[in-house]
Amino acid sequence: MSALPTRRDEAWRYSDLAAAASVWPVPAAETVTVAAGESLARTLILDAPDDAIVIHDYAITVAAGASLDFRILNAGGRYGRVALDVTLHAGARFDLGGVIIGRGATNREIVTTVRHAGPGAVSRQVVRCVAGDTATTTYLGKVAVAREGQQTDAAQSFKALLLDRGATANAKPELEIFADDVKCAHGATVGELDANALFYLESRGVPPAAARALLTRAFLSDAFEGLADDARDALEARLEALL
Amino acid sequence: MLIIDDLHAEIDGKAILKGLSLTVNAGEVHAIMGPNGAGKSTLSYVLAGRAGYAVTGGSVTFLGRDLLALQPHERAAAGVFLGLQYPVEIPGVSNLNFLRTALNAQRGQRGEAEASGAEFMKLVKAVAADLGLPYEMLKRSVNQGFSGGEKKRNEMVQMAVLQPRLAVLDETDSGLDIDALRVVSEGINRMRGPERATLLITHYQRLLDYVVPDFVHVLVGGRIVRSGGAELAHVLERDGYVSIAA
Repeated sequence: MSALPTRRDEAWRYSDLAAAASVWPVPAAETVTVAAGESLARTLILDAPDDAIVIHDYAITVAAGASLDFRILNAGGRYGRVALDVTLHAGARFDLGGVIIGRGATNREIVTTVRHAGPGAVSRQVVRCVAGDTATTTYLGKVAVAREGQQTDAAQSFKALLLDRGATANAKPELEIFADDVKCAHGATVGELDANALFYLESRGVPPAAARALLTRAFLSDAFEGLADDARDALEARLEALL
Repeated sequence: MLIIDDLHAEIDGKAILKGLSLTVNAGEVHAIMGPNGAGKSTLSYVLAGRAGYAVTGGSVTFLGRDLLALQPHERAAAGVFLGLQYPVEIPGVSNLNFLRTALNAQRGQRGEAEASGAEFMKLVKAVAADLGLPYEMLKRSVNQGFSGGEKKRNEMVQMAVLQPRLAVLDETDSGLDIDALRVVSEGINRMRGPERATLLITHYQRLLDYVVPDFVHVLVGGRIVRSGGAELAHVLERDGYVSIAA
């Protein structure tokens, strides 16, 4: 890979640059290509110990009429970064379901660039994050629609739960649009667990820690929508173990 | 079963309950009626242990234990059930998961064996059928997209599964049409028994046509100002709270 990134690079704005420097240079991005008309599903789980530094880069091409479903569970490393650079050709579809779990003093992020290079491509990105202690969690989502990307349909949804005062969630959508007939939706919210729901569970006999865990899991599992039952169950089980 | 003695409680420094005393014995149904702002909901939240309701005096003894010393989930395991006026929606948590988690959490705290999956499903299906809540709705997120009546019906399903010793039902009748009111009343009546007691907190006498209480109390200004039998509800309906409080 190229030169060590700096704070001026948008894609590294909230990153742990010292951690990145300590493992630089990182290997070249892993290439994923989905051939025309094909469908591919990938799952990436980061569950390295809290002192590890993990950086995953993907260069992804989804050819015409093809689809990629990518699910990420980023819950490992002192610094854990997953960066996707996705190019969508005509009529291609990209689904991202991402979960970030931050705790301690960790910094974990998902950074995406989705390029709608051809007409009629669809991208759906759902990222849910929970941060406790003094953790930093970040989702940067860039959508770039080329001149040829008419009838692009792109959507991003980010929601974060902060469990402690010192925890941070960063979200930044970035749209770069050169076509005039496109739909690009994005939304971001940062909040806390619903006190009414917590009390409701407790009033039915569920201890506070279990009630918080149940609500947190429910919140995060939005990112696993649309999966087949068994794939979803497997991810939820991992999630439960990681929380 | 429940002895409330000279209870004082406040919210945000504002005194709401001002010396409330009430004794409920096993097997009894008590109705607490009162105008808006009398402290009815505060009483129910104080009994359930909701944060933000500060008890500043008096005591509450439940089955010989100091209820106020217990956390909300411990009160539930001890046998207190609060039926909420506005049941909460919990996206992403199915009713089945919610109920099973609650049931087994209570059993665990009481040192009882947890319900197996099969045992739980049998129980919950029977209860839901009894109370007319379609099984499909149990698979959906807790109360999400439920109508007012369905939410209250769901509260009754929870109560029937959890089998509390004391049910405190806060305005369970509010926002119900006649059919839903009948179902909810039936849910309450089913729970009646020598081992259990019910505290019905209500605005209107209507519910008491279906669930006939043993005692009716009038709560005004944070205190019980009058107590009587079921007939007191009719007097209230006719004369209003003002005449009683005067």
